[in-house]
Amino acid sequence: MNIMMLLEMTSATFPDRVAFVDGEDGTRLTYQELFDNAGRHAARLQSGGFSRVGMLDVSSIATPTGLFSAAWAGLPYVPINYRLTEPEIDALLSRITPAYLVTENDREQRFAAMDDVTAAPRTAFLQAAESGVTAPEWSMDPEDTAVLLFTSGTTGAPKAAVLRQKHLVSYILGSVEFACADEEEAALVCVPPYHIAGIAAVLSSVYSGRRVVQLANFSAERWIELVRSEKVTTAFVVPTMLSRIVEALEGESSANMPHLGSLSYGGGKMPLSVIERAMQLFPDTDFTNAYGLTETSSTICVLGPDDHRTAAASSDETVRRRLVSVGQGLPGLEIEIRDDDGNVVGPDQRGEIYVRGEQVSGEYEGRGSVTDAQGWFPTRDAGSIDADGYLFLEGRADDVIVRGGENMSPGEIEDVLLEHASVRDAAVVGIPSEQWGEAVAAAVVLKPGKTASAAELQEWVKNNLRSSRVPETLEFYDELPYNETGKLLRRIVKAQFSER
Amino acid sequence: MAILKTGARLKSTVCNGEVMVVAAPDGEIEISCGGQPMADPAGAEKTGDVHADHAVGIAIGKRYVNEAGDLELLCVKAGDGGLAVGSELLLQKDTKKLPKTD
Repeated sequence: MNIMMLLEMTSATFPDRVAFVDGEDGTRLTYQELFDNAGRHAARLQSGGFSRVGMLDVSSIATPTGLFSAAWAGLPYVPINYRLTEPEIDALLSRITPAYLVTENDREQRFAAMDDVTAAPRTAFLQAAESGVTAPEWSMDPEDTAVLLFTSGTTGAPKAAVLRQKHLVSYILGSVEFACADEEEAALVCVPPYHIAGIAAVLSSVYSGRRVVQLANFSAERWIELVRSEKVTTAFVVPTMLSRIVEALEGESSANMPHLGSLSYGGGKMPLSVIERAMQLFPDTDFTNAYGLTETSSTICVLGPDDHRTAAASSDETVRRRLVSVGQGLPGLEIEIRDDDGNVVGPDQRGEIYVRGEQVSGEYEGRGSVTDAQGWFPTRDAGSIDADGYLFLEGRADDVIVRGGENMSPGEIEDVLLEHASVRDAAVVGIPSEQWGEAVAAAVVLKPGKTASAAELQEWVKNNLRSSRVPETLEFYDELPYNETGKLLRRIVKAQFSER
Repeated sequence: MAILKTGARLKSTVCNGEVMVVAAPDGEIEISCGGQPMADPAGAEKTGDVHADHAVGIAIGKRYVNEAGDLELLCVKAGDGGLAVGSELLLQKDTKKLPKTD
């Protein structure tokens, strides 16, 4: 198995179809061009003595070229979050050397002095792929690593999730019908390329033969403009994006995007008010909620268009509530909820979500697999399943804050706060936010006799981490709640915020 | 006869057909296309014609299964021959259409 085979099938069937369009500069790539470029670049990668192919860049036609050329060459593809700080990026790079790294045109110089990193600016990378010899046939070993994705771990350094060829190919074969897209279909992809949804979007669109329009830097205005100008037929957004799109369309009676047949969303909790308003603005659009994780090669649960319409029109509270569920498991996957003792619980009982199936990896580099002996992967997400099999998410089983689809670890922010000269103790939790799903809130205890304002500490976090980590709410307490074994009781911290 | 490995490719020796193994039973098994055994793509050469009893054809992107349900092949290149194990012709698998998720 190899994801290259998926591209080979489509390029043989629709060689002249446009595969990717860069929404920024309008560059287009047909399926045949993408296939040929991947083969030529794979030959270069194989002769360069690299162990990984890194991608430190926004979405562009270099994204699929990098992904497929790495697969052809038999090297893991490692997209890296370009929003990280330079020390964070360097730390990740040091884990994937010797690496070939595609990066933004203005960033390449920074890596010139690194021995084990061969950096290529995007433009040069794309030009090089247009000529040269083609690599020999790719490996079909299902165990080959296709993608390494850095996840934001709860403790310490980010974990690198291992997705093997068998996981990604199984996901696509199980969820997409080959060549099902008509020539005029187009998918607008605005999730970043280092997110599993970005990888899944490339693979799903390629296997269905659909044109992908890439939006590198999301804004609601640009998204609306591209959907209209490129006659986009399908798109995926995270809840925060949909919220912005709905806001931008405020005052209009309809979205006026007649081509947009389907709109799917996922990556965080969707506020009921946003999805209800979106369904009013897009009455003829099919809405799908997709729930998945990096470790499961993307989507495992789907709330389809019929579910949306039935729920929205129902007066039965049980049915209506499904509008905020993530639906039912994909065929071929098994999902169950277990309590703290590992026992499977009944309908509507809360517990941790476990999943098993061909697309489920659950493996991290250097740590092995965290699936149990029967192949079940603990998602660390909490949830419940109703009597009809609809899954409801109820936050993270651990304490990771999911802000606008981005996972962040409270510990990371707490550590920075604790470095401040006036701070004695700090607890960071996620609190409900209409805009972000969850917002960052910090409870801080000052050292006796010391002072610091909330604004000062917020600035401190911004300077030492990055802006998404800055607590939107920061309040001072005399002490934080701990249990008898010294474990911070985050539930109580959270409750204090909602009481204030 | 050979042990089929998941993910491996097999090529027809009588038409352009090519498949990938999605699932296979344990033990040795021989897959034929167009009435002749399929071979590893690297060494496969066209050696004859599609047998009239095996001329149903295979379509790219379609999956083919045996009656027992433990063998599944994905057609990655279309061909004029039909797939079979011994005298049992493999059947095209119906796939459930799912909403677009990404």
